[in-house]
Amino acid sequence: MGRAKLPRKSTNIDMTAMCDVAFLLLSFFILTTKFKPAEAIAVTTPNSVAAKVAPDKDIVLITIDKDGKVFITMDDEQKKEAVCTYLNTNLNLNMNVAAFKKAGFYGAPFSSMASFLSLPEEQRKGDKLPGIPVLDSTDNQMNVWMRAIKDAYLGSKMNLLVKGDNAAKYPAFKAVIDAFKKNDELKFQMITNPESVPAGTELWKKTMAGEKREE
Amino acid sequence: MAEMDTSSSGGHKKGPGVKKGKKLSTRVDLTPMVDLGFLLITFFIFTTTMSQPTAMKLFLPKDADNPEDQNKAKESGVITLLLGKDNNVFYYEGQLAPDGSNFKSSTFKEIRTVLLEKKARTNEKDLVVVLKPSSESTYKNVVDILDEMTINVLKRYALVDISPVEEQLVKLSDAAGAASASN
Repeated sequence: MGRAKLPRKSTNIDMTAMCDVAFLLLSFFILTTKFKPAEAIAVTTPNSVAAKVAPDKDIVLITIDKDGKVFITMDDEQKKEAVCTYLNTNLNLNMNVAAFKKAGFYGAPFSSMASFLSLPEEQRKGDKLPGIPVLDSTDNQMNVWMRAIKDAYLGSKMNLLVKGDNAAKYPAFKAVIDAFKKNDELKFQMITNPESVPAGTELWKKTMAGEKREE
Repeated sequence: MAEMDTSSSGGHKKGPGVKKGKKLSTRVDLTPMVDLGFLLITFFIFTTTMSQPTAMKLFLPKDADNPEDQNKAKESGVITLLLGKDNNVFYYEGQLAPDGSNFKSSTFKEIRTVLLEKKARTNEKDLVVVLKPSSESTYKNVVDILDEMTINVLKRYALVDISPVEEQLVKLSDAAGAASASN
């Protein structure tokens, strides 16, 4: 019987196609990566099964760091200005409006707000700042802040967010929600990391059945 | 001076007949390039945070000024969860007995069974979960327990201030738990 001749094949593989794929993926990842901006306040958020993506516009973000220090972040410059004027007129703080508008976050008692604003940006780091005093129930400065913010956002939409650190103690959080309550801001959202719903639980059964979750 | 041996023939002589310059292949070995490409891909995959932060909604009840306006809950349908130090959870059903006999301790892992069991034997309309974080509990504990409400589809729950008696009881139990753990 004649044997079919096996042609001798080279072991070299053409890498071009693979190279193409690799670089295609590479460019995809480079373009989709959004580097996290260096955060002045280090916070690790807890996990939750909430599926709604956190809003990133018209936000008023209250950050509670691991020592229970409270900071406020706002994104709208006009509202910042309104808050600043409100605080200046009501508390005679004499804050520099331009510096207030430029600041990324606020975290100092009212008495030292002026010096806080005069600090250069890179020195404003969460761990070195005093934060907004909230724990003293007679002088919860969050109340005043919230009143000013509420006043500034009057008639427009505001997304009130709370971003707390895992290790933050409850009293700081409670002081913040008390300030919300005092100002009739009864709706807020807490920023968390997504987590999958544990299998076998009622919510899991519901999602498996295709029911839409209440937000 | 040392000189570079530029002749392609290297050490071998190809004999007198071979004079043509060697034809160099235009093919480049792409393997290192692919390696580099995948290395960068892995780098970007690991550094990318694909998961966007999510937001959990919470509606606060309005503080009622006079006690008559407050929502009344049927005693039999109420379960109160108290959050203590070191991720301890304590709970009692209905009213707290003066001698603390119905005050039980649990953990975040076990609380789900407790809640489900309570849910199974209570009329859905009467079921209210009262959450009372003590001053020793952390923000994570609060979020976890609120999450537990979502996971177990408990519709009625409230975040309530802890009373001094309960705070004391949680503190004592925390200390007792720590003592028994160290033994």
